[in-house]
Amino acid sequence: MSLPQRKTDIGPPHYEQFLPPVIKKNLGKWKYHEVLNPGLMVHVAEGGDKIWTVRVASPRILSTDTIREISDIADKFCGGYLRFTSRNNVEFLISDEKNVEPIQKELKAKGYTIGGIGPRISNVVHTQGWVHCHSACTDASGLVKAMMDELYEYFTTKELPNKVRLAVACCVNMCGAVHCSDIALVALHTKVPPIDHERVGKICEIPTVIASCPTRAISPDPAKKSVKINEEKCMYCGNCFTVCPAIDIHNPESDGVAIVVGGKIGSLRSAPKFSKLAIPFFYNEPPRWPKIIAAVKNILETYAKHARKHERVGEWIDRIGWEKFFKLTGIEFTFQHIDDFTFMRETMRSTPAFKW
Amino acid sequence: MSKKKHETPLLDELKKGPWPSFVKEIEKAAVRSETANDTLGQVEKSYRTRRGYWKHGGIVGVLGYGGGVIGRYSSLPEEFPGVKFFHTVRINQPSGWFYTTKALREICDIWDKYGSGLTNIHGSTGDLVLLGTDTESLEAIFAEYSSRGWDLGGSGSAMRTPSCCIGPARCEWANINSLEINYQLTQEFQDELHRPAFPYKFKIKTSGCAVDCVAAIARADLSIIGTWKGKIQIDQAEVQNYAKKGMNINAEIVNMCPTQCISYDGKEMKIDDAECSRCMHCIAKMTKALRPSGERGATLLMGSKAPIVVGSLLSWVIVPFIKLEPPYKELKELIRKMIEWWDENSKPRERIGEVIEIKGMRSFLEAIGVPPSPAQVKWPRKDPFIFFKDEDFEKVYKKGKY
Ligand code: HEM
Ligand code: HEM
Ligand code: SF4
Ligand code: SF4
Ligand code: SF4
Ligand code: SF4
Repeated sequence: MSLPQRKTDIGPPHYEQFLPPVIKKNLGKWKYHEVLNPGLMVHVAEGGDKIWTVRVASPRILSTDTIREISDIADKFCGGYLRFTSRNNVEFLISDEKNVEPIQKELKAKGYTIGGIGPRISNVVHTQGWVHCHSACTDASGLVKAMMDELYEYFTTKELPNKVRLAVACCVNMCGAVHCSDIALVALHTKVPPIDHERVGKICEIPTVIASCPTRAISPDPAKKSVKINEEKCMYCGNCFTVCPAIDIHNPESDGVAIVVGGKIGSLRSAPKFSKLAIPFFYNEPPRWPKIIAAVKNILETYAKHARKHERVGEWIDRIGWEKFFKLTGIEFTFQHIDDFTFMRETMRSTPAFKW
Repeated sequence: MSKKKHETPLLDELKKGPWPSFVKEIEKAAVRSETANDTLGQVEKSYRTRRGYWKHGGIVGVLGYGGGVIGRYSSLPEEFPGVKFFHTVRINQPSGWFYTTKALREICDIWDKYGSGLTNIHGSTGDLVLLGTDTESLEAIFAEYSSRGWDLGGSGSAMRTPSCCIGPARCEWANINSLEINYQLTQEFQDELHRPAFPYKFKIKTSGCAVDCVAAIARADLSIIGTWKGKIQIDQAEVQNYAKKGMNINAEIVNMCPTQCISYDGKEMKIDDAECSRCMHCIAKMTKALRPSGERGATLLMGSKAPIVVGSLLSWVIVPFIKLEPPYKELKELIRKMIEWWDENSKPRERIGEVIEIKGMRSFLEAIGVPPSPAQVKWPRKDPFIFFKDEDFEKVYKKGKY
């Protein structure tokens, strides 16, 4: 069978051909919006036109079957238009008010999870994990599933002081803005990778291996026709494994997950911030990682109980102080919490005025 | 198709519970695809042994392109032949992630023909990511998609697929047309997107306002964030409505304004616009009563990246204000100058933000023709190791006007 004529460098299709007519008509003319329920909002244009949006959760990994099912629903109620959000939620765009109730009913009947709008948890940004990435120290989809089963109501109904953005990165590369999330899981290797000297010489290109190390911990080992690793410099990132499978960074016994908190991206009220370490390590406990999930829930609920309305997790911690954060959450402060990589200077406290 | 049914007792646990299950998605695809079926098997093994079994490497792609496909292989090809190859194809998504169902079905039909039937909608890159195909199918996949108007996204040391917030399509806060800016920049840099020739990756993300729904400030080498220069318009009647509906305006708005420029006496709200830092808090909380007005444009910030290796950076202000209207000539030229300077000054694998740190803001700002401004810093330098060029004395200090 012959293939169609390929084209190069055409770029993406122009978005306008995918916009519902009411959006095309009111582009740039929206006046205000209201959140009507945790999964429904309406946007009202200057001239009075309205568009309703129903948001549902997605597991990010979607089969083509599910995409077709979602499409069927959008055909029935949305004139064939829908979109996805930057956090992988599905948004059904409804131009006709009489479809607003029926689509929600049908989505519920088909088992879709409606919610994620307003001061709640939205879909969890995450990376590939054991499903697809070579660097992964844990699974990402599984952690998200286990976590959101537990925090389900904070997506569908319950309110929090403000939005809480959760994220999971399956290694320290942190694909996906984990480093600026309210509460995030980041998976870590914790040991210097062992070198299989026999195989390094045979299957790896030594200069590439040396160049792959961001901290320059790797140097040649001419005697063994291999490389050696300076253990003091290694921070277990696994880049060497990426280029040389004979330096196997995976270690089922010592790979695990840390929890970081208090990051944000938007500039509302306070500047965007990085997430900071709350709990340095948990062992991997697939399939449901119960200790990690319980720890996330504890942090979330401590925040929900103590923060003022509209405060993000990081703003709440900034107000009460980290010493209070550790006290209120009951998390133990350890040597790992004190920066000993390269950023210690900016993290030291230089005032005796702090809270007990 | 003869299929080995894998026992997946651990993954089955993740089919339970109310949140949508990725395991069910893989199972659905596994009905038709041996690749998806063996994905289940291999992932179950990861769950059992607590380690991954993927390796990547080797250059895979389509003719004439250097990126857009991420090569992936199983390290257990004998045990799981279906995932011996498991490459990812990045399809460049439309601005704002809008689709018609017709377009989505077409994407699915092609993918079912050549791939595993598994997708990420979307990947954190913004692209529409198709998971799991073999090397041989890549040309066919590209021919089918590109003939129907879909192109590959960026990967490698290239311009990465730009992405943007929903902007004017459905957001009253958009100060710029994020969708069109994103589309035009993607088109402008097609060559840079598909043929990696940079020292490292370069990402552009556009948000219509400081709420920053695409995380531009944390995830893009160039973060374009819409803003305004005029007043915040106040609809006093709507302010009263919020109060009537139970909003504690003093606690929730006045006291939380970071610049303390709002006052409210129970009847009238006043904003001292000259003091406002345009953070969006009040507007986002009183969407019916408050809105920006006057001149619109964007702040350009640069440099954000994730932690590897010298630590994360957030983008910082480079151009405090720029008007952004089609055909965005000034912006495109500015980006070209930025890239050129970066190319000339960096070692391989250095992001532009890191190079600015190493070479200094002055070198960069002079190269792109942007003057120094207090908006670019949190505070002026606090060390006395001050550098001068002769021309600085001529231009500033000899005149005796500091
Ligand atoms: C040594 C460092 C890194 C390596 C070797 C690496 C490698 C990869 C690979 C192979 C993928 C494709 C995964 C897949 O689709 O199977 C990926 C995805 C990605 N990476 Fe990284 N990465 C690194 C660091 C980072 C960092 C620091 C960031 C963040 C700023 C980042 C952002 C991303 C994003 C956004 C994706 C897309 C994830 C998705 O769509 O699910 N990467 N990375
Ligand atoms: C065959 C080798 C490699 C491949 C195929 C690869 C692929 C990738 C991919 C797909 C991404 C995600 C890009 C995105 O955001 O869309 C990525 C990110 C990254 N990779 Fe690699 N990678 C390789 C090797 C390396 C090595 C050896 C290093 C480090 C020495 C490295 C450092 C990074 C970093 C730092 C990022 C993210 C940077 C950021 O966003 O801040 N990669 N890589
Ligand atoms: S965070 Fe690490 S393991 Fe996860 S997808 Fe990115 S590079 Fe792979
Ligand atoms: S794990 Fe990372 S830091 Fe350690 S030797 Fe390998 S590349 Fe270097
Ligand atoms: S970044 Fe601002 S303009 Fe864009 S969608 Fe978010 S709130 Fe709206
Ligand atoms: S936008 Fe922010 S700084 Fe400006 S008035 Fe509103 S809350 Fe205050």
